[in-house]
Amino acid sequence: MGLKELLGGTVVTTKLAEMVAWGRKNSLWPLPYGTACCAIEFMGTVSSVFDISRFGAELVRFSPRQADLLLVLGTINYKQAPILKRIYEQMCEPKWVIAAGACASSGGFYNNYAVLQGIDEVIPVDVYVPGCPPRPEAILNGIMMIQKKIENQAKEMGRVA
Amino acid sequence: MSGDLENRLEQFPFEILEKGKALGDLTIVVSREKISEVLRFLRDAEGYRFDLLVDLSAVDFPNREERFEVIYHLYSTSENHRLRVKVRLPFEEPMIDSATDLWKAANWYEREVYDMFGIRFNGHPNLKRLLLPDGFEGHPLRKDYPMGKRQKIPVPVEVPS
Repeated sequence: MGLKELLGGTVVTTKLAEMVAWGRKNSLWPLPYGTACCAIEFMGTVSSVFDISRFGAELVRFSPRQADLLLVLGTINYKQAPILKRIYEQMCEPKWVIAAGACASSGGFYNNYAVLQGIDEVIPVDVYVPGCPPRPEAILNGIMMIQKKIENQAKEMGRVA
Repeated sequence: MSGDLENRLEQFPFEILEKGKALGDLTIVVSREKISEVLRFLRDAEGYRFDLLVDLSAVDFPNREERFEVIYHLYSTSENHRLRVKVRLPFEEPMIDSATDLWKAANWYEREVYDMFGIRFNGHPNLKRLLLPDGFEGHPLRKDYPMGKRQKIPVPVEVPS
């Protein structure tokens, strides 16, 4: 007799890591680092039409200590690079990073002396969202990919252990 | 109104090296040695009263003997007229008197011009880079600055705990 039948179908069995990941991926606390028009698209993503809270990520934090998803929305120049790095370092593990839009991903069309050619020159990036700026659907897709990644990370962990 | 100013400039007490009209505004070129006096006169003299420094910028003309041109855009709120004042500087000694004691607005403009062109403003209270990071080498809006040149990404400054 299986455990489920024994307990009358009132329990679900899973692995601890996957259970934690399930909680994490459905309660992401994003920190928007908005420097350009991509941040305006993020405002659209948060508001009711696109509604980021359907993915449990509506609790936008403006302190890196309280966030686990860093959304870099816009152009990052050389002078800002150390600030972004400091903010990333202040976030507690586990943490994930989305580079939203062309500028954050690659510098975009600002191929010049002052602009960082992609934020991955200073911090690790999990998901790149294309677009100039990306539509809210694209940002939501990026968040869903982060969720998938969190889930897969837990599964990978299970295999190793 | 522009006619009034044009007539008045006929009796201008300082030497005008060149005079012209561009995009509806009068332009005068004056010498570097006299710039402080000229600007003070333009600000205070009856009938001129240029109380607003709208913009201060510079241009690099690599083929000219006097390579740099510093440009002041002036506006008078009481007389409702505008004037463009230009000064030419040699490449070997790009130096000019600061206008910060005449208009407070000149402070950041001059810092920006210093940042981008390396033109020094004598008497400026705080002449350091405005937009680029402190460790930046060279002045990117000079025409001989290599277009593809990338500089070192600044690292976060250690904050003493």
